[in-house]
Amino acid sequence: MDSNRNRDIAVGLFVLASLAAIGYLALQLGGARLGSDEDLTVFARFDEIGGLKVRAPVVIAGVRVGQVDQIVLADDYRAKVRMAVANDLELPIDSSASIVTSGVLGDRYISIQLGGEEQYLEDGEEIEFVESAVVLERLIGQLIHNTNIEDEED
Amino acid sequence: MTDAIALIGSRAVQFVHEVGAVATFSGHILACLLRRPARIRRYLDEVFGLGVLSLIIICISGIAVGAVLGLQGYNTLERFGATDSLGTVVGLSLIRELGPVLTALLTTGRAGSATTAEIGTMSATEQLDGLRMMSIDPVHYVVAPKALAMVTVMPLLSALFIVCGIAGGYLVGVYWGIDPGSYLTGLETSVDFREDVLGSFIKAVVFGILVGLISTYRGFTATPTSEGVSIATTTTVVEASVCILVFDYFITALWGV
Amino acid sequence: MSETAPAQHLCLDSVTMAFGRRTVFERLSCCFPKGEISVLLGGSGSGKSTILRLIGGLVHPIDGRILVDGEDITKLANRDLAKVRHKIGMLFQGGALLDSLTVFENLALPLREHTDLDDGAIHREVDDRLASVGLHDIDDLLPNQLSGGMRKRVALARAIIRKPLILLCDEPFSGLDPISTRQVEDLLVDINRRRGITIVVVSHHVASTMRMAEQVSIVLPEGIRTGTPEEMERHEDPRIQAFLTADQDRPAGSLEEVEVLPGLGS
Repeated sequence: MDSNRNRDIAVGLFVLASLAAIGYLALQLGGARLGSDEDLTVFARFDEIGGLKVRAPVVIAGVRVGQVDQIVLADDYRAKVRMAVANDLELPIDSSASIVTSGVLGDRYISIQLGGEEQYLEDGEEIEFVESAVVLERLIGQLIHNTNIEDEED
Repeated sequence: MTDAIALIGSRAVQFVHEVGAVATFSGHILACLLRRPARIRRYLDEVFGLGVLSLIIICISGIAVGAVLGLQGYNTLERFGATDSLGTVVGLSLIRELGPVLTALLTTGRAGSATTAEIGTMSATEQLDGLRMMSIDPVHYVVAPKALAMVTVMPLLSALFIVCGIAGGYLVGVYWGIDPGSYLTGLETSVDFREDVLGSFIKAVVFGILVGLISTYRGFTATPTSEGVSIATTTTVVEASVCILVFDYFITALWGV
Repeated sequence: MSETAPAQHLCLDSVTMAFGRRTVFERLSCCFPKGEISVLLGGSGSGKSTILRLIGGLVHPIDGRILVDGEDITKLANRDLAKVRHKIGMLFQGGALLDSLTVFENLALPLREHTDLDDGAIHREVDDRLASVGLHDIDDLLPNQLSGGMRKRVALARAIIRKPLILLCDEPFSGLDPISTRQVEDLLVDINRRRGITIVVVSHHVASTMRMAEQVSIVLPEGIRTGTPEEMERHEDPRIQAFLTADQDRPAGSLEEVEVLPGLGS
């Protein structure tokens, strides 16, 4: 029975370590939140969303605070994006949302710049100031330019 | 010519027969998992044998793979001046692909082959018949706990492999002078829970089912001789490895994981 | 041969058996009397081990009936077969003890599975049973730490721990030295006397089996010859004589294949 006990302890430690690993992947890296109904939902309309996809991150000052929930074509033929962000955020009503591209991989995400008003966005309200997707070509051009310079230096 | 056609025909019949047998076998295992008494003691022993004893190989391989990814990624990204994306590259390739697949392949080699050999030997030494004569269903007592343990252990090992890999990539990256913070934030911003982590988890579970099923089936149906057991063990490793890679493609293609 | 009464204790009734395309025997009938020790002799490949496995329901015949305690087991579903097996103990050639369990756990397993005994009662029962085969203080050993003779005796203890009506022994003397052979032989006789268990022994070992048997059956290509040991010794069939009088210290298997008892249907 003693060997059984040691074995059980080993199994227990193994499971705990693995769950910690899963937890790290899911919560820390994956940004999954327990109980997503506590999210603050805000909307934004863009003329052009580029390659923005559902589940793209929403960041403030580069810090991930939520993700894109849904993208639909609104009545005015603009892209209406629904975002779920952490509900403890206080977003001034004059905050602006812009679609930006991350790194070389070119994933689109939404960056929110905070405004200065004392009034804050309520659940389900819309961010009025928006900046549509940055033109991809410019970024690529910049990249090629940089690489060329490096090559010449070599 | 007719011989060749006949050969194809008999192979096809054999294949269909085999698929049917595997399906029946899986059904039997499922029925046994629901049947009383629940074999908790046996299950825990198998988790120990398949999981805990695989820890060292999984962790070492994980760190090594992560370190290689870090090196290769760094060298490639450096050309584009994008070494800050190293965390993203290492993390995503580990989570989406290499973690589950390599874990499954390693587990096949270590635990899958052992499972087949053990069940095959039990059959060769009449231990399975001994259980039957004691009115104990060997699938209930021997096979089902092993298969279930394989299915549950696989995602756990895979997660450990991924975390070890990320750590390995981190060590290499930081050694080469990448900012530790950008490695980790790169990871955090690019990894999505549903797209990447959940997909990785699903892959690991599917691979666990494949390896668990193939290894137990091959052991259970092994010719009860030492040669038969050795053939069955080899078959397990070959079939499980091929199945893992083929299923990996289809899961990736169908679910975009 | 096929007019065996249906209420017979332990009978094969015109049973045909084959593995794939290889016929082992055809329309074979025989009975093993209740409470007696019966011995099955025969050459390698004659299918005598198969007869035990048929009785245990481990293999299924192509045709015929197999009666265990009066019940035909050939048509039973697995669940009912498991019930019939409660009445049968089987001693396998290699013992068939579970490698990963200790001696105690091996013996306790059938009790834990099929009875409501508490741990104390199981301990007492296991110790009793081990003592009855002459073993003590080996509870915590693993089967591979035991000698061949001890393993056979532990397996015998396990086979009788649920007090079966019928005990099937597949080659109980193979691989044993003369002293262990004698021990196992005495144990089987003792079990039979004290509990009245029907015992069917399959063996090559002519000397031991002729000593303990109350009924001897010899599997020949055309069927089974059955009689008391004395009758068999006087039997006029030269093959039976050759089989019984072959050098008894040598394992009979090496002789019979070349000379007298070819495997059936090959």
